[in-house]
Amino acid sequence: MTSLNQEMLHNLLLVLPEMVWCGSAVVLMLLQPFVKGRQALTFIALLGAAAGTMVTFFGIPGSGFAGLIQFDTFSLFFHWLLGLVSFLVILSSDSYLERENLDGAEFYALILFATAGMGVLASTQELLTAFIGLEMSSISSYILAGYRRDSIKSSESAMKYFLLGSFATAFFLYGIALVYGVTGSTNLASLADADPAGNLLRLGLTLILVGLGFKVAAAPFQIWTPDVYEGAPTPVTALFSAGPKAATFALLLRIFSTVHAATEYWFWAFWVLAVLTMFAGNLGALVQGNVKRMLAYSSIAHAGYTLVAFAAVTFVRSDPEAVAPAYAAVLFYLASYALVSVGAFTVVSEIGGRGERYLTFEDYAGLGTRQPFAAAALSLFLLSLLGLPITAGFFGKLYIFTAAIKSKLIWLAILMAVNSVIGAYYYLRLIVVMYMREYKGTVPAEASRGLSPTAAMVVTVAALITLYLGLLPNHVLSIVLSPHLLLSAR
Amino acid sequence: MAFSGHLLTVLIFFPAAGALALLWLRGDDEVWIRRLTFVVSAAEFLFSLFLLRAVPIGATGYPLEEFSHWISSPPINYHLGVDGISLFLVILTTFLTPICVLASWHGVHHRIKEFHVMLLLLEVGVVGVFLSLDLFLFFLFWEIMLIPMAFLIGIWGHERRIYAAVKFVLYTMAGSILMLVGIIWLYNATGTFDLPTIQQMLQNGVLVLSERTEMILFLAFFVAFAIKVPLFPLHTWLPDAHVEAPTAGSVILAGVLLKMGTYGMIRFCLPLFPDASRRAAPYVAVLAIVGIIYGALVAMVQPNLKKLVAYSSVSHLGFVVLGIFAFRNISMQGAVYQMLAHGISTGALFLLVGMLYDRRHTFEISEYGGLSTPMPRLAAFFLFVVLSSAGLPMLNGFVGEYLILLGTYQVSWKWAAWAATGVILSACYLLWSYQRVFFGEVTHQKNRELLDASTREKWILATVAVVTLWMGIGSPFFTRRFATPCQAVLEQMNRNVMHEVAAPSVPQPMTTGAAETSTERLAAR
Repeated sequence: MTSLNQEMLHNLLLVLPEMVWCGSAVVLMLLQPFVKGRQALTFIALLGAAAGTMVTFFGIPGSGFAGLIQFDTFSLFFHWLLGLVSFLVILSSDSYLERENLDGAEFYALILFATAGMGVLASTQELLTAFIGLEMSSISSYILAGYRRDSIKSSESAMKYFLLGSFATAFFLYGIALVYGVTGSTNLASLADADPAGNLLRLGLTLILVGLGFKVAAAPFQIWTPDVYEGAPTPVTALFSAGPKAATFALLLRIFSTVHAATEYWFWAFWVLAVLTMFAGNLGALVQGNVKRMLAYSSIAHAGYTLVAFAAVTFVRSDPEAVAPAYAAVLFYLASYALVSVGAFTVVSEIGGRGERYLTFEDYAGLGTRQPFAAAALSLFLLSLLGLPITAGFFGKLYIFTAAIKSKLIWLAILMAVNSVIGAYYYLRLIVVMYMREYKGTVPAEASRGLSPTAAMVVTVAALITLYLGLLPNHVLSIVLSPHLLLSAR
Repeated sequence: MAFSGHLLTVLIFFPAAGALALLWLRGDDEVWIRRLTFVVSAAEFLFSLFLLRAVPIGATGYPLEEFSHWISSPPINYHLGVDGISLFLVILTTFLTPICVLASWHGVHHRIKEFHVMLLLLEVGVVGVFLSLDLFLFFLFWEIMLIPMAFLIGIWGHERRIYAAVKFVLYTMAGSILMLVGIIWLYNATGTFDLPTIQQMLQNGVLVLSERTEMILFLAFFVAFAIKVPLFPLHTWLPDAHVEAPTAGSVILAGVLLKMGTYGMIRFCLPLFPDASRRAAPYVAVLAIVGIIYGALVAMVQPNLKKLVAYSSVSHLGFVVLGIFAFRNISMQGAVYQMLAHGISTGALFLLVGMLYDRRHTFEISEYGGLSTPMPRLAAFFLFVVLSSAGLPMLNGFVGEYLILLGTYQVSWKWAAWAATGVILSACYLLWSYQRVFFGEVTHQKNRELLDASTREKWILATVAVVTLWMGIGSPFFTRRFATPCQAVLEQMNRNVMHEVAAPSVPQPMTTGAAETSTERLAAR
């Protein structure tokens, strides 16, 4: 009896972060009728996000719930990342909600629910559990995208996201069904033993890849991204580009680190996906006149860069020595992109003003003199996205390059280099507009007050982390290069 | 010196500290901003003079080095070093920066604080490039330097400044990202980014590159450097960047930034990929000669004075590339000398053109004419600089071009003959433009009231003129210091060939081994 209890306790410890996140979301919803003023709610939400992240320290490496959940360095890393992202997003939403006159409690609760879902994605070891995590984060995301009810764009965004998202979920589910049909189990570990050359298994995994490809906005499944990102409230866009993306990539990595052979097939799948995604994102971003859309396309491009590392992972899968740097590249890149993207979208959210009216390049003209801090921070984020040295993005790109070249993917590395140069053009264009164009006076004074204190905090934290990862990447590297990164893959 | 152990670090980061200090000043406190920047950059120049003492004549290797670990995986180290070649390039940089501060004293009116911060940050990047011995660190400074330069062009430039700034960045970035791929490839093959270690591995035969790989890697580096030089036909960013940049930007761009390309060729392309360099040499030489003549001809027909100087850079830098790829000690010394001389002369030309612009706000030659009447002193300085740039004996331009032609002649008299036409052409376009601007009748009424050189301008020009003269007559002071490193680069190339000949497993087309015969054979083709 006691051993059963102990096992139960151990299992619960593994999902403690998710429980804390969900719990604080429920508390927020319950408190809403009684608490006047948004600030108290913000505080509780922040507390919840932070507490959920902190309790990962109680986790003991190992698996629980009969192998459904795996707690290892990998999931620990993603829990920290997701917790930090949702903490920052909640903090940056505070002023946004006030400006737009929106209710706080549901908003924060949905963010926390979504975070819990993503947490499940990062630590799951079984496909149906993954499905639950995916749905938890997706459904919350659909509502969050349409949170600005009086805005047509926001509603359009939610509708699009919901319809296409459901479609993708169906693909994912079909894939699971096929995999189950072949292996007789939905546990990832069973994939390792299955005959890798079987066509049915291959089809099932392809469907899973399509479903998850949609979630990470990989071309050709990326069409929804710009509209959804543009229409959603900007803090939510920040969350979309950082959280669900990272979590889904985590799941992809777990799945495809387990699929044993037939790597040739998956290698080419990822190769093609990566190239398509990079070009779709970068070429799309080139012609945008709206900063939010530009960042949305750029987020597609960065998914493409991450997929380059995936191609490297599947290519070197058989060689555990070589695969560790490729895993590390993915993790480091996701972390650096997530934080930079949260920072950039936070600035965009603040510059946008009430009703998100000021989003075009013209509205950013002369920002360098009007709002020096916001412009400097946004420039730093853009330079990191561009991959300039001493920023996080540079090392992210470097590790992916290194992983690709280690796997002898010279052409993929060269195509990535070409894309980096294309990307440089549109990131620089925004910096040029901010510092070198004269301000024409399109933005009224109320929108040029400067960042609100909470947003300034978020931007400062993101900027500091960007520089920290760019100057001293050793600490994070030692985590992502940990030999026990993926317990199951060894 | 208390800081002698960290002189190189001080040299790199002292301007950065100055830039930080500037941020504390109020934006409208113009005079103090200028004064502080001048003091910082002048002090930096004095620090850099200590390098002369630290690098003894005839020293091999890197007499002054600094090393500490930075990033564990991949192993990136903070490895700095200076030898006779980088020594003078650093001093050139630190010399030109205070001059630029003085030159912008009245020319820059808005966002003065940002301007000077950018100028100092640019110095950080450039000095870092010249001192880095870790491939990665080199790349890092190479990239960082882009941003302040782009801002200098884009904010304080002329009408089409934004176009020029973006073009400049994209060109450079396109090249450097290929170089990054090359650097990572090398790391992947060797497990280190450390330049001396990789050279060692090449010499010991630990690292053997196949013919094709070596050529690809060579190109990855070479294209990045060739864009920076700029080598024909990759030069099209240069006229735009120069014409649109403010005077200080042009001076640094022409004086120092272009040299980063040629420095890269000497420091990386030749020692790391000797065989590929040798195979590419005939083609590179042809491009260099085309650049020499093309740049001179285009300069001749320019109606825009600043564009004329910009195209003359294309021509002069063609000489440098030719000197490097002739693989003769004498021509390589000439190339290094020409790098320094061009930095001073062309920098001075841009200063003078900027002074004219400050007075008349135009670069069109047709707007001037007969200027020696209202401004005799400026005209005298201008003539002096024009003559030095045209390669008059006793002035700095002559030494480099002479040595390069001498060395090139040993390889191929045809190359030397074609290149020599560039010397003649440069005299044509420089003197002709000088005649149109300064001699004849004063055709525009406005030009009658132009003021002659102010005290500040006289000091700037006198300093530059003294250096020009000194470099012309005291050239051994310089060549003695970089003769040994130049020889070392060539020896390194030959040793690698020797090794490959010794190793039977490597297919080696050049059985005679010595570089002399191989280059001669290439040249004879």
